[in-house]
Amino acid sequence: MSEQYIARSSSIAARTMGAETMVMSALDSTFFTLNEVASVIWEAADGKTPLSRIISERVCRDFEIDADSATRDALEFVEELAKHGILLVSEQPITTPVAGAEPTA
Amino acid sequence: MSSGTAAQPGVVVDIGNLPILLRSDDAQLREMLQRRYRGFLASDRMPQFQLQIELHEGQQEPDADADVEVRRSGDGWALRRGDFAATWVNRSGCGRVLQSRNPYAIDSVLRILHSLLLASRGGFLLHAASAIRNGRAFLFAGVSGAGKTTISRLAPPDVILLTDEVSYIRREPGGYRACGTPFAGELATSGENVSAPIAAVYLLEKGEQNRIEPAEPSEGLRALLRNILFFAQDQELVNSVFQSACDFASALPLCRLTFSPEDRVWELIT
Repeated sequence: MSEQYIARSSSIAARTMGAETMVMSALDSTFFTLNEVASVIWEAADGKTPLSRIISERVCRDFEIDADSATRDALEFVEELAKHGILLVSEQPITTPVAGAEPTA
Repeated sequence: MSSGTAAQPGVVVDIGNLPILLRSDDAQLREMLQRRYRGFLASDRMPQFQLQIELHEGQQEPDADADVEVRRSGDGWALRRGDFAATWVNRSGCGRVLQSRNPYAIDSVLRILHSLLLASRGGFLLHAASAIRNGRAFLFAGVSGAGKTTISRLAPPDVILLTDEVSYIRREPGGYRACGTPFAGELATSGENVSAPIAAVYLLEKGEQNRIEPAEPSEGLRALLRNILFFAQDQELVNSVFQSACDFASALPLCRLTFSPEDRVWELIT
């Protein structure tokens, strides 16, 4: 499988509330609630870090999930968010501006 | 806005403490507006904003059911539906509306305009009934059919109804305030033009028994976003309303209120 890079779209609004992240698309108002694992991938989606490294260094290590399960779940998650334009996916590093996730005060 | 404009023919409509002067040379339309917004007229207040209404007599019947289009236009907004076209300039706080002689078009323009004005102030309009009891406001949010009008009809005499359809939420230092609106649902009656600090928000569900349960933060936020009146798919506006909804959901208790249509449900609202 070729390497994938993911970046948060700038056409979204997002807020971290506790361990979850709420994300809404400005394009079609689709609303997603990301759980703790998905939130970690979301925060790491800077367009520069390969997805495989995010999975191995953040998901597998921090949540003690085996690599196969983590990769399968992460790819599903990325595909779903990419479908709504919330995550950008590329085989090359992504240089377009990346949206941040504002934490709850 | 120059101070002289208040003397020109018009009607000052004060919703949510944001008085707007609706100017028109047409006496019939002004009378219509005075009837429609009775209880929300404020001839003694200096308006903060103004809308100049011009009438057109089109050949075709205007289509009030057409989709609303709201888009950014320079330093303001352009609003359009089958029965009206309007422009708004943020800097001057003035706008123009071209419509036929009916109260429905300007009513929609006012809803959109207030939603835009509130967005920059941390507030919003919400599909919710709202009412004041013991000096505190309670909101009952839900889509059409959820029971907004039903719970409003069941309210005991000590409850002051603010609306059975569109709640007006202002952010203030230290909290949020619900204001009465003339935007009515099936009750077909304007709310009282008063306001109170918001104590709780209930997400309405009809059921067999009356009960209140706390909503998960994501469930509460999702329900709020589903019910916020939102007219423009504009990145800046979406972000602003989203952040306002997050702040609101973090600041207030959001609960599911399951209720059967009988007045004992109000025993839970104190």
